Amino acid sequence: MKRIEAIILAGQSAAEQNALLICNIGYPSRELFSVSDRPENFYMLGSMGMASSIGLGLALARPERRVLVLDGDGSVLMNLGSLASIAHHGPENYLLVILDNCCYGSTGSQPTCTRLGTDLAAVARAAGVRRVRRAESREELTEALLGQGVVVAGVAAGNADVPIISLSPQEILGRFMRCARPAGRS
Amino acid sequence: MNPSLAVHLGLKRAGINFAASVPCVNLQELLERLDSDRDIIHLPATREEEGVGICAGAWMGGHRPALLMQNSGLGNCINALASLDLLYGIPLLMIISHRGGRGESIIGQVPMGRLTVPLLEALEISHISPCPAKAEYEIFSAWKRAESDCRPAAVLLDIDFWRGE
Repeated sequence: MKRIEAIILAGQSAAEQNALLICNIGYPSRELFSVSDRPENFYMLGSMGMASSIGLGLALARPERRVLVLDGDGSVLMNLGSLASIAHHGPENYLLVILDNCCYGSTGSQPTCTRLGTDLAAVARAAGVRRVRRAESREELTEALLGQGVVVAGVAAGNADVPIISLSPQEILGRFMRCARPAGRS
Repeated sequence: MNPSLAVHLGLKRAGINFAASVPCVNLQELLERLDSDRDIIHLPATREEEGVGICAGAWMGGHRPALLMQNSGLGNCINALASLDLLYGIPLLMIISHRGGRGESIIGQVPMGRLTVPLLEALEISHISPCPAKAEYEIFSAWKRAESDCRPAAVLLDIDFWRGE
């Protein structure tokens, strides 16, 4: 599965679930923006490693809303403590999807430790996450996107040829918060 | 005035209803107070940077977030403060136990003790150092500034503060 195929599935699933979607920095956000832009998408432009944490805070603040996070292996390795926090404090409305391409895809495809055998699904389980799944096909990912906890989806290395995001940080945040905040709150 | 109570009252007056924390011995009583406060969601973080991310998400979802930490953790969260909070315009109330100054007994606290204010100023994050008697109002004011400026604001609470001075 190409990563952009996984991102298309995640974008479609988020729309069908009326979910808020936090997307990791770099090409993943650019790919999501180009194939499935919605105001309910939050595109990270910096703070590598923080996607799972932003989603966790959001899911706790809005327990009645479905919250999906699209993260990467390199970014999760940078913030492994987040898996322990998700295990013990993550609510049922939260799903972390780790798109594992075994490399830092936005910086020249340098290998991450998952290329050498680090198993992020096993790390998540060891951290205490009860619901951990692997998804290697489009069908498995489609089903896993409806679940909770952590999904590790194997994807091929490589980026799609997509432009940079044509929204300012303030535009990304402003339109996202109009969707993410409780009704009637500015 | 009990210093932990003064900070708690300041958080309440500011309407803070979400907190992430990494502990400091000086924050011990305050963290216990937050755990028993039903109006505040309190999440222990594994690292200060993670706390910045969690608090940003809580803000997006309509909550008023505070991050409680020791100043040794400020260095751990510089990138998230700069390229998440400051980049997008996300407010955050930072309640920081400021170790490494006058009266510090642990030499390892001294380097970050000296660097705390220069780092905040490099980030153009406002900082105040109230005494316990004025902490409630000054913490409220710091949050109001954070909210109106759409950026983090720091409250530095040094060793004298926790001694009630």
